[in-house]
Amino acid sequence: MKQYSFFQPNNILSVSQLTGYLRQILERDEILQDLWVQGEISNFSHPSSGHLYFTLKDSEASVRCVMWRNAADRLNFTPRAGLAVQAHGGMSVYEVNGQVQLYVDTLKPAGEGALYQEYLRLKAELEAEGLFDSERKRPIPKRPRTIGIVTSPTSAALQDMLNTLRRRFPIAEVMIAPTAVQGINAPAGIVAALTRLNRDIHPDLILIGRGGGSIEDLWAFNDESVARAVATSTIPVISGVGHETDFTLTDFAADLRAPTPTAAAEVATPDRTELLATIGEFANQHTTYLREILANLRWESGQLHSTLQRLSPAHKIDTYRQRLDEITLRYSRTITTLLEKKHMQVTNLKQSLSALNPRAILKRGYAIVTRAEDSTVIKEACQVQTNDSIHIQVSQGSMDARITQTNPGEGS
Amino acid sequence: MTDQKLKDIQKMDFEAAFIALQENVTQLEGEDLPLEQALACFERGQALAKRCAELLEKAELKVQQLAMETPQEPKEVD
Repeated sequence: MKQYSFFQPNNILSVSQLTGYLRQILERDEILQDLWVQGEISNFSHPSSGHLYFTLKDSEASVRCVMWRNAADRLNFTPRAGLAVQAHGGMSVYEVNGQVQLYVDTLKPAGEGALYQEYLRLKAELEAEGLFDSERKRPIPKRPRTIGIVTSPTSAALQDMLNTLRRRFPIAEVMIAPTAVQGINAPAGIVAALTRLNRDIHPDLILIGRGGGSIEDLWAFNDESVARAVATSTIPVISGVGHETDFTLTDFAADLRAPTPTAAAEVATPDRTELLATIGEFANQHTTYLREILANLRWESGQLHSTLQRLSPAHKIDTYRQRLDEITLRYSRTITTLLEKKHMQVTNLKQSLSALNPRAILKRGYAIVTRAEDSTVIKEACQVQTNDSIHIQVSQGSMDARITQTNPGEGS
Repeated sequence: MTDQKLKDIQKMDFEAAFIALQENVTQLEGEDLPLEQALACFERGQALAKRCAELLEKAELKVQQLAMETPQEPKEVD
């Protein structure tokens, strides 16, 4: 080219012609249009246009690189300065400044398992910092009134979560904070969504997640800024990223990790059927406890009633009546005993008396003499005179006689 | 139960009614309430349970979506 201009000085090229020519040469070269180059990233820039600008360098040289937004959106990791990468693309010229640069369509970390190594490095770093400590975990509310969801607005994962919430706990109100969950813009989008929810919406709980995919598809959830935003959220966060077996840094940073988006929505909410059963149980307990209270009151009033009866004068009267009966009985017993005793004494006296009966003496030959006219017992001779009639009683029978002579003063 | 108290329950949202229902059960269970209060407590509990169940039965998930501003440009790093 220089040669061409040098030998034909009349045909001077404009700058545009020069760069255009240069571009044609580069873009016609098959090797330069389909090449892999390995180097370290520096001067990394990611403006809001979504395109990426950086320099690839090794110890001796460097080349400017551009990655257009549509290619950058397919990135499964976040490029950063110092990272060794392999870039695929084609060379061309940016005619505005004559810069020859590589137009990258595919970018991947260099080396075997480089992405995984990067993940382990970050995980160890954040772990050492205490970002995943269990003391940091916020308690998950049992019945969230409002739930923020950070995910892609068009994803199946969002529909899964909404369906689960609708089925289990439709009382809740949902605020979707939409974001890309894949590609170079995903981490910043996720962080912005978390920030908006924390700053403006204040839901009781945040669900963050996306459906399954390759481990590379989930890479935004291994981004350092995302993990930090989840850990520092003032609102509790439940993560549900990918499948059962996927553990992302977001999962470690979250207050609760669920295996899938659906599972995240499940652990976030009580089940409507169970809740209805609980409410029914509460209502039943009301009936049970009221019955107990009524039974207690009935028992207490029964107690009072019997106390009252015990204290009533009627009861006292009954008591006295009973005592009276007892006393009467005791008296009648005493009197019977006394009577028996007296009876015995009488019998004894009778026996003594019969021993003293004068008739018993008559049997021994004595006689009782009485005056006939007045039956006076004659003890002295002077009681009678000659010719008086007397009556003589002997043991067997009696006889009448007449006094023929009296001898007073005689006798023993 | 007075009409006013019944109206207050009708205004409660689910969480408020559910918490009140739980507390009401505890009150009826734990305390030696006089008959009048126990009956009032019972009535209130029944009304709260009805309110909770109704809200849960007829609820439809409310979903809104935030309009997100474009993410800020990250700083250039080297």
